[in-house]
Amino acid sequence: MTRKRRRLWVLLLCGIGLGSATALTLTAFQDNLVFFRSPSDIAQQAPAPDRAFRLGGLVETGSVARETAPDGKPAARFRVTDGAHAVSVTYVGVLPDLFREGQGVVTLGKLGPDGVFRASEVLARHDETYMPPEVADALKRSGHWNPAEGAAPPAATWNTLDPARAPAAGRSGS
Amino acid sequence: METADTRPLGPPLAGTPAARGANLHRFANPGRFLRLAARVQPWLTGAALLVLAVGLPWALFLSPPDWQQGETVRILYIHVPMAWLAMGGYAGLAIGSAMALIWRHPLADLACRELSPVGALVTALCLATGSLWGKPMWGTWWVWDARLTSVLVLFFLWLGHAALVRAFDDAERGARMGAILALVGAVNLPIVKFSVDWWNTLHQPASVTRINAPGLHVDILYPLLVCALGFTLAFAALVLARTRAAVIERRIRALQLAAARRAEPSDGRSVLRGAEG
Repeated sequence: MTRKRRRLWVLLLCGIGLGSATALTLTAFQDNLVFFRSPSDIAQQAPAPDRAFRLGGLVETGSVARETAPDGKPAARFRVTDGAHAVSVTYVGVLPDLFREGQGVVTLGKLGPDGVFRASEVLARHDETYMPPEVADALKRSGHWNPAEGAAPPAATWNTLDPARAPAAGRSGS
Repeated sequence: METADTRPLGPPLAGTPAARGANLHRFANPGRFLRLAARVQPWLTGAALLVLAVGLPWALFLSPPDWQQGETVRILYIHVPMAWLAMGGYAGLAIGSAMALIWRHPLADLACRELSPVGALVTALCLATGSLWGKPMWGTWWVWDARLTSVLVLFFLWLGHAALVRAFDDAERGARMGAILALVGAVNLPIVKFSVDWWNTLHQPASVTRINAPGLHVDILYPLLVCALGFTLAFAALVLARTRAAVIERRIRALQLAAARRAEPSDGRSVLRGAEG
């Protein structure tokens, strides 16, 4: 075995050792590496009432009520859902521009004894789709997609759609 | 360090540590590398400028806005290529470091040394543009989610490598330490890439390399790919230019050393003789 060959093997073995050590560590700390917890996680294991944590999911369709707090600040009530479970959230403050029904959000706050999550911070989370406004309009008009109800349809159905030649969803006459 | 190059394949290189590799690998020969690189460099730089001259106006002015992010989406055309380069460049650093450690490839050492400042720069740009994008869209400059944190670690790895290889008086020792750091840091690469799939994060999952179809409309995807190609060519041109400069710098230092050595013995003897007489 030449010295080069030996160095190669030493390096490979070190790599395997380091890789598996990292994998084991990451698996062990899995729960601490998540940025937010979903409503289903909360339903499964309710966190301690005084502990602040992040709750994430989609803003439930039709659940958003914008209000004004007594001191004049904007406030909002909405429900965060992951499909299986939903948690009511109250928030006083300015919501991010991307906030809307069907949008992903991550909220930081505490769960009250009444099961309402009092958020001190709301962050918007956007999905991995990007499309021109005309394409989004065409999808909405044709009834293929309602952004308030969740994620866009499979990208293969629209990512080569030519908005100029899109048939305006068969309503070109209107 | 006094290994004289007995087979000067390229221009004279006596005394450089790089010269020792000449017999082992065709492309480890710095002379051959310099000649090849000198021929490639103008084409690489020209191609980078040309592709960016097409890609940037297309991306920043002609491509459509996003339906919900509006014009802010244009940060994508800088942010995403920088993120790809930060990771691709680091993969290159790891490969170069492995070659340097296993085959003692001297040019690989030099290339790694010149690669890391550029890598740190693109990673910093990735973080900065991401932060500028996060504020208007997410509502925050920074969060400690798995993706953002692992990219910050990647930035520190780049900086650490750049600092470590320059921290030793013995350049060869510094290069070896840097190579070990680069290889250890490579475990961070899959973490950066898959952080958005393994854990829930504020950062959205991958758009372009999805299993089914890219989640971007072609009017946004194509300018992005052209920009990515242009920035990659520019990155390569920059690293190649730095590596050439480093090889030439070493050669000059070696020639100066050799000249000093030639001058020294006679002087020394004359001084001694003068003292004896």
